[in-house]
Amino acid sequence: MAQESAKWPQEDVLILAIETSCDETAAAVVKNGREVLSNIIYSQIDLHTLYGGVVPEIASRKHIEKINQVIEKALTDAKVTLEQITAVAVTYGPGLVGALLVGVSAAKAIAFALDKPLVGVHHIEGHICANYIENKELEPPFLCLVVSGGHSHLVMVLDYGRYEILGRTRDDAAGEAFDKVARAIGLGYPGGPKIDSVSGQGDPEAIAFPRAKVGDNVYDFSFSGLKSAVLNYLNGCRMKGIPVSQADVAASFQKAVVDVLTEHSMHALEERGVRKFAIAGGVASNGHLRRALEEACRKRNVAFYRPSPILCTDNAAMIGAAGYYEYCKGVRHGWDLNAVPGLKLGERI
Amino acid sequence: MKVLALDSSGLVASVALTDGDVLVAEYTTDYKKTHSQTLLPMLDEIRRMVELDLKTIDVIGVAAGPGSFTGLRIGSATAKGLGLALGVPLAAIPTMDALACNLYGCEKLICPMMDARREQVYTGLYSFERQDGSLALHRILPQCTMSAVEVIEKVNQLGREVIFLGDGAAAYRTVIETRICVPCSFAPASCNRQRAASVAVLAAQYAVQGKLVEAAAFAPEYLRLSQAERSRMNASDEEQERMKAGVKPGGRT
Repeated sequence: MAQESAKWPQEDVLILAIETSCDETAAAVVKNGREVLSNIIYSQIDLHTLYGGVVPEIASRKHIEKINQVIEKALTDAKVTLEQITAVAVTYGPGLVGALLVGVSAAKAIAFALDKPLVGVHHIEGHICANYIENKELEPPFLCLVVSGGHSHLVMVLDYGRYEILGRTRDDAAGEAFDKVARAIGLGYPGGPKIDSVSGQGDPEAIAFPRAKVGDNVYDFSFSGLKSAVLNYLNGCRMKGIPVSQADVAASFQKAVVDVLTEHSMHALEERGVRKFAIAGGVASNGHLRRALEEACRKRNVAFYRPSPILCTDNAAMIGAAGYYEYCKGVRHGWDLNAVPGLKLGERI
Repeated sequence: MKVLALDSSGLVASVALTDGDVLVAEYTTDYKKTHSQTLLPMLDEIRRMVELDLKTIDVIGVAAGPGSFTGLRIGSATAKGLGLALGVPLAAIPTMDALACNLYGCEKLICPMMDARREQVYTGLYSFERQDGSLALHRILPQCTMSAVEVIEKVNQLGREVIFLGDGAAAYRTVIETRICVPCSFAPASCNRQRAASVAVLAAQYAVQGKLVEAAAFAPEYLRLSQAERSRMNASDEEQERMKAGVKPGGRT
């Protein structure tokens, strides 16, 4: 059970962070929450491309093979010994349970063997905290849009480690919709980067795809209707024998996603009177989304923050950043820490 | 030589510490909690109870498969993490070898069985033979995956009295009793499931024989591909292309 008590350390805090929630085996060393001394990511994406998506059992097997090399490289690159580490932070949810268990088990064993504190970290809170790394001046409160293959959340970051979820997806995550549409138009996996690049050659106004509104919560998202609209459009073209422009479909679909994410974000900013806005998660690397949000923030004179692409993808540096603030608040986990695949944002188990 | 051993290959979680010929501590549970909730707390309990200084450990033995995929990975990741932090090499002990070692010195045929689901068991056939003046575990059939019926046939062919153990022997007891043609018995609770002490004993032998591995290089031996890999292997080239596009063999997106 996590225990909390407020305490801000005077001395340097070095966090060894480990992340294995999906198909990236990652480790990092982070100093005082914001300075990344190393950030090692072993991506398995080529392996999963053969299967058109992440295969949990294959991901878990690869994590076991790579975990020590990745951790050792993170320590070597940071020029830090295990003895110098203050605490070990690890993602314990949400994610694929078999994948999470590799990182959790290894992190627990390392912390146990060294008699160092163990800090469990929420994967999405890690994504949000990725913004602290390159924006030293960024402090809560701020609004954050988290968009990835598995998550779409509009979150108020009230304080370090305190979150209020304003909106979430009712069905598919944004990244999931990208993957499904990419498959449907023959771009393959992973869909996000492929649609982003192809849509540069397409007309975003070519096809009028719907922008879904969710009735009872204005901040919630829904992407499955949009995905169906794309599939219906493709079917219609096929039946009528009309040639399909991959680039136009990609651009129009992407525009629909970007419009909804931007509109909801700006609505929340105005409603809450927040002057700082950040994006996070794998889809935050999407060039069109970044530009749209940056422009919308500029118009409203709101500060816009975004992590570099390397910190948007799953990585352990962000877990080190989030882990630092949890560590400072006194969060410590026991040797019975388990993976929690459905861990909720802000939840502490 | 101090050996720390872990076995979480099946429903049992087991941790043992041996020092030479002495079993200093052993903690074994067969309970519904997941291994990630039991294994390390059990090691911590041992550490406190016998005042173990982790830095004095020479070798970490681990049940290296086959077994439950998740169980194997919890044990393996724990062993790898300990190995990394303590700078200690691992001994990767085949799960079936360790199970057979529960019946040290037994003159009868030893048949460990783990329920591998899909109507198969992880199994092997062993006996203890005198070798260089001492008794050593002899592999008649190295660990493998097959149906319970197949392994019973092999036992019948060998024509020797046999002792079955493991959760697979319990799961297939009726099948065994129906088909077996040689005298047979089932090991009792004291030795019929995984015990880390057996892993530790074999790990000490591996250390002497120079069969240790670096923690970083170790991965468990599953004896079975993932479902996705099996489907892909059985798929035609065309189906493999469809799979890349997200279409499962014989299915839809």
